[in-house]
Order: sequence, then structure tokens, then C-alpha cells
Amino acid sequence: MRKIRRWGPGLLLVSPSILLVAIFVYGLIGWNAKVSLSDWRQAQQTSGFDTSAYGELFPSGVGELGDYAGAVITGKQSDTLSTDPAWIIDLHHALLFTLAFVLGTLFIGATLAFLLDKGVKGEGFFRAIYLFPMAVSFIAAGVVWRWLMNPAPGDRSTGFNLLFDKLGIGFLANDWYLGPTWGAAALAIPAMWALSGYIMALYLAGFRGVPEELREAARMDGASEWRVYRHVVFPHLRPVTLAALIILGHISIKVFDLIVAIGGKQLITQTPAVYMWILIYDARDYAKGAAIATLLLIGISVLIIPYLVYTIRSERET
Amino acid sequence: MSSTSVAVDRTVGLRRRKQAQARVVKYAALLFAAVVVLLPVYVLLVASFKGAGEADPSRAWALPQAWTLDAWREAWNGDQYGLFPYLKNSLKLVIPATIISTIVGSLNGFVLSRWRFPGADLVFLFLLFGMFIPYQAVMIPLTQIFIDVDFPEGIPRLAFAHIVYGIPITTLIFRSYYATIPEDLIEAARMDRAGMLRTYWSVVLPISAPAFVVTAIWQFTSIWNDFLFAVFIVTDPASWPVTVALNNTTGSLVTPYNVQMAAALIASLPTLIVYILLGRYFMRGLMAGALKG
Amino acid sequence: MFGRLRRDRLGRLPRATVLAAGLVGIVVALALPAAGFGHQTKSSASCELSVFSWWTGGGEAAGLTKLIAIWNKTHPTCQFKNEAVAGGAGSNAKAVLAQRLAAGNPPDSFQGHAGSELRDYIKAGQIEPVDFIYKQFGFDKIMPKSLINQIRYKGKLYSVPVNIHRANVLWFNPKTLKQNGIAVPKTWAQFMVALQKADDAGLIPLAMAEQWTAQHLLETVMISTLGPKGWAALWAPNSASKWASKSVTTALNRYNAVLGYTNSDAASLTWQDAGKLVTDGKAAFNIMGDWQDGLFSGTKAGGNFALKPGKDYGWAPVPGTAGVYDWLSDSFTLPKGAEHRDQAIQWLAFLGSRLAQDTFNPVKGSIPARQDANPKLYGAYLKTALSDWKKDTLAGSLTHGVVAPAAWSTDIGTALGLYLQSKNVPKFQAALVAAAKKNAK
Repeated sequence: MRKIRRWGPGLLLVSPSILLVAIFVYGLIGWNAKVSLSDWRQAQQTSGFDTSAYGELFPSGVGELGDYAGAVITGKQSDTLSTDPAWIIDLHHALLFTLAFVLGTLFIGATLAFLLDKGVKGEGFFRAIYLFPMAVSFIAAGVVWRWLMNPAPGDRSTGFNLLFDKLGIGFLANDWYLGPTWGAAALAIPAMWALSGYIMALYLAGFRGVPEELREAARMDGASEWRVYRHVVFPHLRPVTLAALIILGHISIKVFDLIVAIGGKQLITQTPAVYMWILIYDARDYAKGAAIATLLLIGISVLIIPYLVYTIRSERET
Repeated sequence: MSSTSVAVDRTVGLRRRKQAQARVVKYAALLFAAVVVLLPVYVLLVASFKGAGEADPSRAWALPQAWTLDAWREAWNGDQYGLFPYLKNSLKLVIPATIISTIVGSLNGFVLSRWRFPGADLVFLFLLFGMFIPYQAVMIPLTQIFIDVDFPEGIPRLAFAHIVYGIPITTLIFRSYYATIPEDLIEAARMDRAGMLRTYWSVVLPISAPAFVVTAIWQFTSIWNDFLFAVFIVTDPASWPVTVALNNTTGSLVTPYNVQMAAALIASLPTLIVYILLGRYFMRGLMAGALKG
Repeated sequence: MFGRLRRDRLGRLPRATVLAAGLVGIVVALALPAAGFGHQTKSSASCELSVFSWWTGGGEAAGLTKLIAIWNKTHPTCQFKNEAVAGGAGSNAKAVLAQRLAAGNPPDSFQGHAGSELRDYIKAGQIEPVDFIYKQFGFDKIMPKSLINQIRYKGKLYSVPVNIHRANVLWFNPKTLKQNGIAVPKTWAQFMVALQKADDAGLIPLAMAEQWTAQHLLETVMISTLGPKGWAALWAPNSASKWASKSVTTALNRYNAVLGYTNSDAASLTWQDAGKLVTDGKAAFNIMGDWQDGLFSGTKAGGNFALKPGKDYGWAPVPGTAGVYDWLSDSFTLPKGAEHRDQAIQWLAFLGSRLAQDTFNPVKGSIPARQDANPKLYGAYLKTALSDWKKDTLAGSLTHGVVAPAAWSTDIGTALGLYLQSKNVPKFQAALVAAAKKNAK
């Protein structure tokens, strides 16, 4: 009885949150999953069970798996696959975008934090500048970046291509988000611009959370500054990197406003999140839209569950 | 001068020079990064001071031929989509929603890290998973729930949605932060026969400022910049927050880019102010392990 | 590290402040509904009219404002709620609308393209037939019969058209053409010659913009090749075989050839950018709907180009489509369960009136659906459109929701997107046939 008195109040305090999340998150996920397995492919809501929505998104057998993976990785349309070709292209774009965005933002953020770590004059000034992009709405940022990444050739060039030309580095001019191979990675640039400051802040805190005594001790032992970083500081940053990976990964899969502001709903810049929108609100193919939502959710879970397990376990150990 | 002291002087001088070089390189890199980050902001600013015909993608870099505040005036007060009335709506939305969701997160984080109960970790996982749901897919049933229970229309619905969907991230931040509190502090309170709420009030809350600030900054930014929930949940145009009005500066025939960019800058100012004012606290909050996990 | 925190004065947040902030937050949040924020009381007794559209900018918004002004004068006690949401030809608006209709919370009237685009709403039972409005106010007598027939679904009418736009218009710059000795083409063969001449002269032969304008171009090419009857046959039930026909292959091959004359950065342009290429003398031709005229001739203050029709820009039917009006129409509906049904009916009756259509359309840059418009109110291009509307054969637009319901249009869009990447015509045709098999019901 005394035990319940100990933890009872705690459970009571979080119970509203549990209830709300149960209804508004899991209830809706359940609704979504149910729709994805229904035959609600047009405006009429019906109650039949139908896996055709998933059928269009997955390879039809183990035999197709190789083709499927190849098509997603290279982005080349395949003649033999039975899956929805738009979905393959979306996955390809999502892959490129996610890799570029996550790795790029991590690298830029970590580097900026590294540069600021030892303290520089005007650190507050630099920090505010790097953080500001996050304050600008993606809709507006998308319009500006569409201007900057304009692929117009020759004398019609504007944006960065024009700037490169004027600065004498015209060879850097390229097709940006219309580029056939790396276009989706170019779409990640505005997202990197927006989030690098926040990741920098995360890493900066991580750097500064390392007790100075540890660094001093290593220096006393004769380690060079670089080795101090490598063996003392960087291991401390693992949790920061994981947190950053999760934040960036989930933004990357859900990003919608930015993509639409730059490329509209065209196939050439389409991602799964955009396709989901088109299916639900334009084509009224609710089952397929819901199926994509479910797959996105599962995809993100694959990213986060290891992190969560790691977090909880490492807490138990301390 | 002995040879050793000369040698020492030389090494010291060498190290100082290397440090100076490193510092120059560091500043150069930081400045270069700052310039690159500010390039789009430059384009935004410059376009906002141009007249209706001038603000054009082909003239993105050029300074205005005729500087004018027309776009700013239109963006602030224009009869079509002047942002000013909508700014009030946004503030009425963001301030209560941020305050409530940070408090909820703080209480949750406290319980799940320091006043645990059997299954607390599972509950944490349960709450956290909610972060990753793609919202576009659930707008229809979400709005249906609001209608079915006849929830007060407009901003209250939107605030409620942000509070609920903010539970995962606010709980995460606070839980990570409170995990760094030494156990002896909590134990001391327990020894004094303090119950859960008294412990929270007297031990935990006083040192929570940095975490409150970190959470508040994240929530403020997300709620302020959200478009999806706002456009779906708030049906009465008079109650729209600023992001919907900003989006409406796009016409389907002509987009007045100068007005749109002035509006974007206006819309980003409150968040920027929040960043600057709380920036110092932000760093401390992070330092104390708020987001380290 | 914790020791540092304890001694840190910034950490000592006065608890009173936190408590106060928390109480304020809760009280404000709870008080908002009490203060009547967001109307709670659904007073169906009071007079109100909520109209949903995507007319948020330029001539459309201006035209709508004028209509609202007239409405307010004739209905002084009825508050007009302009629920316009912007976003790419209504894509945001349509999404919000879809959600509101699904949630049973419809506006009193909403905008939609007349024709098949409304089919999803009809099938879901979300809008009412409005035949009685046509009969009562004589719209069935004053709007073209072929128009009315083309928007009937299972014999009933479901919206009142406010305006008519034409999609098959070829825009050009007379000075550019004269300078390079290019004649305005009338047949397809002449068009290919003209395009080649422009290419040789270093111009962009045909300016094109993002994917939907490619679809727009496609429909004009198909209408040009198949003619209005062949075009209509593609959209009849069970028309898959028509899509597999040789004439469609010819049309697609022509399309393929024409695409070779477009600018490589098309996907990054808006339709306005493409139009500007023509007026700036960088491109020879552009095929776009006649909202291009509003952009070309409209005021500079409104963000338009303020050019002189006939001098700075010219127009002609897309080669091979003379005498065919590739039409689309913005129209308004009567949702089922509209809170203020009577006002909605009055709104629809008003929209179909000569006063409303002659007020809205000159400002918007389109022509009335009615055939009794006063030509004096309209600009140079629109005058020619008015006379063509009286005599041309009608062909419904694909890109703008007349002939194909949303799902079919999306499937065609996907097939087109894939084709634009691969430029494989047989595959494209096969995909179009498959789309027809799936959707032609």
C-alpha cells in the first residue's frame, strides 16, 4: 500500500498526457492503418478489406526485390517492376534528400560548433546569425531558394548561377534541383540552411558540457589538442549526435512545405510526403495515401527505436 | 642569452604564431559561413524594399532601383492580407500554448525521470512515438474529433492540438534535463517527508529555468511557423494565425514577391526576438543536458 | 557541473513567476472560448454567407471584392465571409475543402471548376443539384447549350459557372516575329516550321513552365490532332481503346517533337515566367490559357506587365484548333448541409446574373458564361474571345477539371511526369491507356 502511495501520484500526474496521446496519436494512427487496408480508393468510404494500396507500393515477390532496390537507389525507371513508378521515384528522392540533409546538416552544425567551441569574439552575434534561418517560415524560405537555385542557362541565369559567374567561378553553375542525378540532394540545401544553426547549438552545448578538468588532465598527459578532441571530447558527443540524427531524420521524412514551395507537386521534385498529399487531397485515393503515411511512420520508427532503447539503457547504467 | 632560452622563445613564438594563424582561419571560416547563411536573407530584405514591378527572380541580387516601403506597408496593413490582425491571433495562440505545453512537459519529465512508477520507461516510449506521425494523413479524423465533441472553434482548437502534439518533445527535453539532477537532492526532500508535488515545487522547479527556455524556444518556433494545422483546423478567416495570411499573399494569378517577402520577414521577427532575448539561456539549457539525451 | 548550476543565479527562476505564468496560460486558454473566440454559437437564425475559394490575389481577388460589395449592398444584414485560401491553383484550398466536407462542416458555397472535377463531390453526396436555379433564373436559356450539356452529370447540373477561360491560345510577340521573319502559324506543319525558324534565330521557340503547363500543352496538341469530337470520345466511358488508337500516337509524337523546342529549365518556371520570356523577346511562342492576357495587359501596380494588346503581344488559336474553344470555367456549388442554404441559393442566382458576370469578368480577365455580355466592358483580347465563344465548338479542358475527374487527372499527371523524364512515347501511351482503363467509367 505504501508503494502505491509512492508512485501513485506520479502516474496520476502523467495520466492526462497518456490519455490525450492515446486518443490523438494512437487513435489516429489506428484509423490511418485501417484506412490503408480498406478499399476507400475514391470518394466513397466503404468498409471492405483490401491490401491493393500496399500492393502497389511493394515489390510483388522476392524476385522483384533486387530490381526494386536498384530502382530506388539509382532512380532509373524499370520496365519489369510492377510497383507504382511514381513511388519508386519518390523513394529515390527521399533517399538522396535524407542523406544529403542529415549528413550535411550534421557536418555543418558540428563544424560550426567546433569553431565556436573555444570561444570567439562576437560568439553571440555569430550564433544569432546561424540560428536565424530557423525563424523563417519554410514557405517563404522555399520561394527565396527557388530563386537562388534557378537553373536557367546562359544569359538568362539568375540566383547562384549568376553569382558564380560574376565571381569568376562560373564552372560551379549547375541545374540544382532539376539535375537528373543529384536534384533531390539540391533540395536539401535550403533545409540544411534552416537547421544547421540549431544543430550547431546542440553540438556547442555538447562540446561545452565536457568538464574542463577532463580536457586539462589529458593535456597534462601530453596529448595534443587534436587528440584531446578525439579521445576526450568526441566520445561525449555520441548522445548529441544521436539526438540530432533523430530530429533531422524525422524532419526529413515529413518535410512538405519546403518541397512544394520550390518544386510544386511535379514529379521531378516529388517525395513520399508530397505524393501522400496528392493521393489524399487531389486523387482522393485515401487508402493509398494512408498506406504511405503508415510506411513513413514505420520508416521513422526504424530510426528511432534503436535510439530510444539506447537512451533508456544508458540511463540505467549511470 | 643562453641557447635553451632562445630555443624556448622560438618554440613559444612558433606556437603563438600557429595559434594566431589558427585564429585567423577560424574567423575566416565563421565569417564565410555567416555570409553564406545571410545570402538568402539579403535577397529577402532587398526584395521587400522593391516596388511591385521590380521584385522579380531575374533581379534577385540587384539592390532596389527605387527604394520603397510600399511592400512593408501592404504586408503590415494592406486590406487584402495585411498581417497585423493575424499577428494578434498568432500571439493569442502561441503564448498560452507554449506556456501550457512547457508546464505539461516539465511535470511529465519530472515524473518519468525522478518520481518514477512501474512502467515509467514504457510510458515515455509511448509518449515519444507520437512525435513521428505524418500529420497530413490524419487531418480529416482529427478535425472530425473536434467537431464531434463540439470543441470551441478557432484558436482554442489549434492551441489544443499544438499542446497535445507538443507533449512528446516537451517531455523528452525535460526528462533529459531532469535526469542530470543528483539523486541526493531528491532523497533529501523525501527524507523531509516531502510528497511529489512538494519535491517538484521546492527542489526541481527552481533549477528548471534553462530547460523551460529551451522548450519554450522550440515550441514557440514550431507553433508560430506551423501552417498545416492552422489552415485545416481554423476555418474562420478572422481567426487565422499569421502563417495562413502569409501563405495567402500568393495569388494564383500574380504573386507580389515584394509583399510576400516583407510579410515573411515580419512573420519571422517575433521568433527572432525570442531567440535573441533567450539566446544566452538557450546555451545554458543545452549545456545542462536538456537535449543530450 | 551541477554545482555550477546551483550557484547560477539565472537558474533560480522565481517560482512565483512560473506559477503565475502557468495560471495565466491556463486561464487565458480556458477563457478564450468564453470570450467567444471562434464563434461557438452556430446561429442559423442570423444571416451569414461563407464562401470558399482560392481567389486571393490579383484580378481574381479584385473581382471577388467587387462582387462582395454588390452583395453587401443588396444584403446589408447578411455578413459575407470570404474564406479564400491561397496555394497553387487552389491545391491548398481544395485540400482544406476536402477535409471540411469529409468532416461535415461545409461552407455555404465553394468554388470548383465546372465539369468532372466536381464528380468526386457529387459521388460522395456532398453537393446538391442546382437545376432548379438554372430554370428559375433562366440560365438554361442564356448559357450555351453545349456548355450546359458538357457539365451535366447523370442528367443533372451541379454548379453555376461564373466565367469562361480559353486554354488553346498561342501567345507571341509581334515585334519578335517580325524581326525574325516568322509568320503566325495556322496549321501544325506551319507551326513546326515557325519553331525551327525561331530556334535557328537563337530564340526559345516555345516557352514552357512547370509540369502542369506541360499537361496544358499536351491537351492543346491532342485537341489539335484529334479534333473536338475525337477529344470528347477519349473521355467517354470505356474509352481505353480510343487512347490506344493511331491518332493518339500521332498526337503524342507531335507532342514529343514540340517538347524538343522548349526551354530546358521549364520545370523551374511559373507560367508567368514563361509568358515573360515571350514579352521580353527571348521566346517566340507560349501556349497558355487566356489568363495570360490579364498578366500581359494588367496594371503595373497589380504586378502585371501593362502591355498593349496587339502591339506588345499578340494571340491566335493554337495551330490546328481554330474554331475550337478549349474551355474551362470557375463555378460555384451548393453544398449539402450548407448552414445558410437560402443565402447560398441567392448567391448562386446572383453569380449567374448579367450584373455579376459583367462586373467580375472584366476585372478578372475572363468572359462570362452567359452569352449576353456587354462587349464594351472588355479589353481587346476578351472582345475576340467573346465573339469566338458565340460560334466555336466547345472542347473541355483536361488540365483544368472539365473532362476528367481528379483521380484520372492525377494518373495522367503521373504518366506525364514519367514521360518527361524518359521521353519514351510508347510507354507514355501505354500509361495513358492504363489510366483510361482504370478511370473511364
